[in-house]
Amino acid sequence: MGKLAVKHKIKKALVIGSGALSIGQGGEFDYSGSQCLKALKEEGIKTILINPNIATIQSSKGMADKIYFLPVTPYFVEKIIKKEKPDSIMLAFGGQTALNCGVELHDSGILKKHKIKVLGTQVETIKDTEDRELFIKRLSEIDVKVAESKAVKTIKEGLKIAKKIKYPIMARAAYALGGKGSGVAHNDDELKELLAKSFAYSPQILIEKYLGGWKEIEYEVVRDSKDNCITVCNMENFDPMGIHTGESIVIAPSQTLTNSEYHKLREIAIRVIRHLGIVGECNIQYALDPESEDYRVIEVNARLSRSSALASKATGYPLAFIAAKLGLGYSLTDLDNSITKTTKACFEPALDYVVVKIPRWDLEKFRHVSQKIGSEMKSVGEVMAIGRKFEEALQKALRMLGTGIHGITCNSISLNKNLGSELKNPTDKRILAVAESMKKNYSIEKIHSLSKIDKWFLHKIKNIVDTEKLLSRCNEKNIPKELLRHAKQLGFSDFQIARLVFKNKKYDENVIKVRTTRKKQGIIPYVKQIDTLAAEYPAKTNYLYMTYNGSRDDIKGSGHNSVIVLGSGVYRIGSSVEFDWCCVNAVLASKKLKYNTIMINYNPETVSTDYDICSKLYFEEMSLERVLDIYEKELPHGVMLAFGGQIPNNLAMKLHRNHVKILGTNPLNIDNAEDRHKFSKLCDDLDVDQPAWTEVTTVNAAERFAEKVSYPILIRPSYVLSGAAMAVASDKKDLDKYLEKAAEVSKEHPVVLSKFITGAKEIEMDAVAYQGDVLIYAVSEHIENAGIHSGDATMVLPPQFTYLETIRKVKETAKKLSKALQITGPFNMQFIAKENEIKVIECNLRSSRSFPFVSKVTKHNFIDIATKAMLGSVKKEQYNTIDLDYVGVKAPQFSFSRLQGADPISGVEMASTGEVACLGKDVNDAFLKALLSVGYKIPQKSVLLSTGPIKNKAYLLDSAKKLKEMDLDIFATKGTYEFLKKNGVKAKKLFWPLEKKEPNILSYLKSGKIDLVINIPKNFEELELNNDYLIRRKAVDFNIPLITNAQNAKMFIESISKLSVDDLEIKDWESYE
Amino acid sequence: MLLKRNAKLVLEDGSVFYGSSFGFSSSVSGEVVFSTGMVGYPESLTDPSFKGQILCTTYPLIGNYGVPSDKKDSYGLDEVFESESIQVQALIVSDYSEDYSHWNAAKSLGSWLKEQQIPGICGIDTRALTKKLREKGSMLGKIIIDEKEVKKYDPNQEDVVKKVTISFATVYDPSKKTITKIKNDFDIKKINQVKRKKIVLVDCGVKNNIIRNFLKREVIVIRVPYDYDFFKFEFDGLFISNGPGNPKTCKLAIENIKKAIKDTKPIFGICLGNQLLALASGANTYKLKYGHRSQNQPCIMEKTDRCFITTQNHGFAVNPKTLPKDWEVFFTNINDKTNEGIKHKTKPFFSCQFHPEAFPGPVDTEFLFDKFIEEFK
Repeated sequence: MGKLAVKHKIKKALVIGSGALSIGQGGEFDYSGSQCLKALKEEGIKTILINPNIATIQSSKGMADKIYFLPVTPYFVEKIIKKEKPDSIMLAFGGQTALNCGVELHDSGILKKHKIKVLGTQVETIKDTEDRELFIKRLSEIDVKVAESKAVKTIKEGLKIAKKIKYPIMARAAYALGGKGSGVAHNDDELKELLAKSFAYSPQILIEKYLGGWKEIEYEVVRDSKDNCITVCNMENFDPMGIHTGESIVIAPSQTLTNSEYHKLREIAIRVIRHLGIVGECNIQYALDPESEDYRVIEVNARLSRSSALASKATGYPLAFIAAKLGLGYSLTDLDNSITKTTKACFEPALDYVVVKIPRWDLEKFRHVSQKIGSEMKSVGEVMAIGRKFEEALQKALRMLGTGIHGITCNSISLNKNLGSELKNPTDKRILAVAESMKKNYSIEKIHSLSKIDKWFLHKIKNIVDTEKLLSRCNEKNIPKELLRHAKQLGFSDFQIARLVFKNKKYDENVIKVRTTRKKQGIIPYVKQIDTLAAEYPAKTNYLYMTYNGSRDDIKGSGHNSVIVLGSGVYRIGSSVEFDWCCVNAVLASKKLKYNTIMINYNPETVSTDYDICSKLYFEEMSLERVLDIYEKELPHGVMLAFGGQIPNNLAMKLHRNHVKILGTNPLNIDNAEDRHKFSKLCDDLDVDQPAWTEVTTVNAAERFAEKVSYPILIRPSYVLSGAAMAVASDKKDLDKYLEKAAEVSKEHPVVLSKFITGAKEIEMDAVAYQGDVLIYAVSEHIENAGIHSGDATMVLPPQFTYLETIRKVKETAKKLSKALQITGPFNMQFIAKENEIKVIECNLRSSRSFPFVSKVTKHNFIDIATKAMLGSVKKEQYNTIDLDYVGVKAPQFSFSRLQGADPISGVEMASTGEVACLGKDVNDAFLKALLSVGYKIPQKSVLLSTGPIKNKAYLLDSAKKLKEMDLDIFATKGTYEFLKKNGVKAKKLFWPLEKKEPNILSYLKSGKIDLVINIPKNFEELELNNDYLIRRKAVDFNIPLITNAQNAKMFIESISKLSVDDLEIKDWESYE
Repeated sequence: MLLKRNAKLVLEDGSVFYGSSFGFSSSVSGEVVFSTGMVGYPESLTDPSFKGQILCTTYPLIGNYGVPSDKKDSYGLDEVFESESIQVQALIVSDYSEDYSHWNAAKSLGSWLKEQQIPGICGIDTRALTKKLREKGSMLGKIIIDEKEVKKYDPNQEDVVKKVTISFATVYDPSKKTITKIKNDFDIKKINQVKRKKIVLVDCGVKNNIIRNFLKREVIVIRVPYDYDFFKFEFDGLFISNGPGNPKTCKLAIENIKKAIKDTKPIFGICLGNQLLALASGANTYKLKYGHRSQNQPCIMEKTDRCFITTQNHGFAVNPKTLPKDWEVFFTNINDKTNEGIKHKTKPFFSCQFHPEAFPGPVDTEFLFDKFIEEFK
């Protein structure tokens, strides 16, 4: 054991995970948690992890000694404590979820009772940072200025406070929704007027210093128990104060701060962190006046955070690992710099590059959600780009978003026509509006005054816009070499250049022409290392990026004994941590076969981009251009693109055409599966059934098809992952509306229509094959009927409600297709089953979202088997994946509470942001744990039933009876009430929200009289702000569990009628045999 | 802005890096060194310790916040800059920003360089250059603009301190916020009569912020040329400043310090001052392969757990093994274990190799000024 573990008697530590990914709490906590586990393991400390997020690396074999897939709540943590008897606990590595859980455990005396020591920052300190009043008090003790607000009740009081904080000040009406009664005042007169208005809305007004437009700066700080304290990284927001830092474009290090400002804020950071007594890692956020050195501290997060993950990837400094070691009592001088291995962890990284982070939003996926960005976080992922010019990093990052943006220019994205308003009240597209307004001759001054974006950033964007102009004056025969080099140095892609220079639209061809031209002229990117010390000392690890602002490579290619693994790219709805799990496992499996592994990924929230996962990490774009660049430098054995989801998969044909060796299934067969026509023909040839479908380019043809096969009809573009623009049309009107929407998504690919089958089961198969022979497979079933996107569905493995006959047919069909497509590697198929007839609805020749789930439930690592198959190392074995003595249930996590106004409903478009999975002795046990893990609570008093169409009412009648047997009150809407009454179930009728009569549903929701809402929508796609929407939305706003699917509702009620919380099995993963 | 590639850097070993000129348009020669600090180019460029050197910043984006106006305080010291003018021979960067943005800026970096007749070159792979200097050691080099040749210049072959030291002894009085030049013995007598805390500051190319740090602490500073016989003054403490070049060229200064350490008056040295104190004590110094020029050097205070992040700018170092027995190591660099400070075992003499006055860089070790002043009788 490590010397300090012995000294401090730490033998067994409990690490609290963060649970499902949700908006505001993403993949970064898989990174921090797994680093923490590694740090503890190295010391010989036994580790226990609680985290129901089954798709994480931290919850993988070998990471922790015991892993519990259970809800992260004080109740379950205490159960585990009683069982495992740990002597210490880590609270800082599982985001706000773990921190809150830890504080509750402390406050309720559970930690003390079980003699558990909190490692790292102590709970009292955590409270100092979390409680606003305490925080202000603590910082005032050391004369540090804090952004604070004072509540006033009269105009006179307001004027007095304003004098103290100094103008401009912001007045906000307390308890008023939507910012009503808020405003900015620059002097007494303005304030008087403003307050007079505001008091009409609210009896209490908050007065605070107006910081809108101030620079937003952040420092990541590390402190050890010996009081050594360093700042590892600082970052500056491109979007000034007013936009949540999670919604801002962020640059590391700061760009517009002088030495004096940088070190003033650094000194304050260290003073604050010492005063608070933090041990480990934290971040401190500031607002900095753009006209002076005045500042305010906004907040301190006493834990690993989204920013610390970013800082860690941006600098190469392993923050989470070091923080865990410091928690054990090590000092910074004891620990090595794991990048150089020759220097110490007690230093502040010097960067010789610039890093740009851009958030990724998926706002189009949610109905009724505003596109505006502001003080609330809505983004679902982020990308990080590295360059040696800001312009280079910025354009790279924009492309990495995967939203069809090619950089600052050359986009065909439609923008708000009123650019001034877009600049002032930003949406997720403001950065493009900045460039557009420059083209419309807005001055830098004007753009600055509207957006408050620092002029330095604007000048840089202007450089790009100016260069675009120069390029567009060229033609393909004459691109001056210096201009071409300059454009590449500013981060222009070959595609952008092709689009500007070539007048025809043969993009694929032209891109390669640009590539050939520039290569002939010696204009190529160079590989640079991230080494934490700006080349002052040699670095041992290979953490890399590419730049055109260089003239020498830092490293040599790996050669034939290496494989490139393409990562998952940005997390977005439909693709997140589960694909990172697949990539990391592919790397580990390749390593086992003695290959050097080269990872390409640009997502700072991932474990695959950790310094200790692969032999080389390219923090780079996953475009054809960049992958070719890397391929040409590395000359590897081949490229694996089957693990990172749809982004790498989409590159298959393009890379293939450019003579890149793709490992696994032949790209031509990938195309045969992706292309609907080819796939459909294949199915016909093999006698595999599929729902009737057609491909149309006109509305007329669509209508004709719909009439022929009858509504409802499923509409979708080709090449989809998360169901972008997928929809179900119940009638002609719907159809016309959605066709418009689908056409926007992909002009290159026409729209596909298919018969939407109702009342059917959906079944998934995840499998691995070698040259067409299936090596291993797992069949899972959805609880919900077909029609819910598989990412939003609740999955059960092994199937509990599917006929054996159906399973057999699924298996046979998959084998047939696998043979025909000569699959080598992972694949996933989705089927619809009705009365023992199955139809294939999806076939992906890559790993799917459910690979970690099936791997962990069956305890056979599908990715390991797949990777080995792709590298030609195959062992024929029998795997048992059906006959298990336990059940796994995977449930989606939604983030509707973060998305004001969004309709919290699931359908064919995926809307969930994360997922969990739990194991149990039977399906009810596992199901209930999974639902508790994503925030459901077992109702104690009453349930609201509003069950939609008559079919569902009948379907849920038994469930309603069960609720009564459990002594729960039933409230119901009119139709449901009448149905229940007729069938002898006692219920109380409540009026619809829009009826405005009491007893009304809204007032019952508001006053907490309802603790579960079951609202089943009447049809597939409801657009109006109607009664049902209001019920669902208010349930979310008041944090009341909501179920919108009939099968799910039935399952939930059945489970709670059979089991109480005390009945749930507390068992770690390994003990399920 | 698409710049003409009209400039190149030619190193002693024959390697050439091509780029564009952005400051004063004239070829120049000097010793090429790199600094890894990410902020503070106005402070670095005016640091006299860079005299004779061509500075390469490893941080690629330079010029972002422009350059402030050269306002002077009541002592005639520059408010922001570390000396009266730019001290480097030339500046090498990767990405230069002519368009700057800052409330306190008065001009672009390029126009400042032009004003002060200092060439700048951008578009250089500064990382590749840095790696070369790391592997081969600091080298002489030339910046050639528009193919105009220039003679080789080696600052290590001459007494560069002479070029940066003050020419007259000067007194800074914080109570009156004035400065007085010492012209004769009468002036010396007058200052000797003042009964307040006084130090003699041996100026080997002192940075303004060192002087500001003393004045801030209400200490009268008698700033004297590096070869000045300062024993004519009555003072409470002796301070030996930073400065450029090889410490061994400062012979007179070393002799004076030798005299001073026979006494017990407190002595404090920074950077070159650390080396001069060491040489005076009888220890030896040597040239580092490529020096320390950065704002992130971790130095541990011997016999404690405390490690400080420091700013550094030096090419020579003290060999701690040669310290006489009544001296000991005060600070050590935890990265490469080089000496970062020495102290006398019994008398109040100490010095550090790093820059506690910062500017640019972290202010974590500013307490050393207090420690020095506390030693005054």
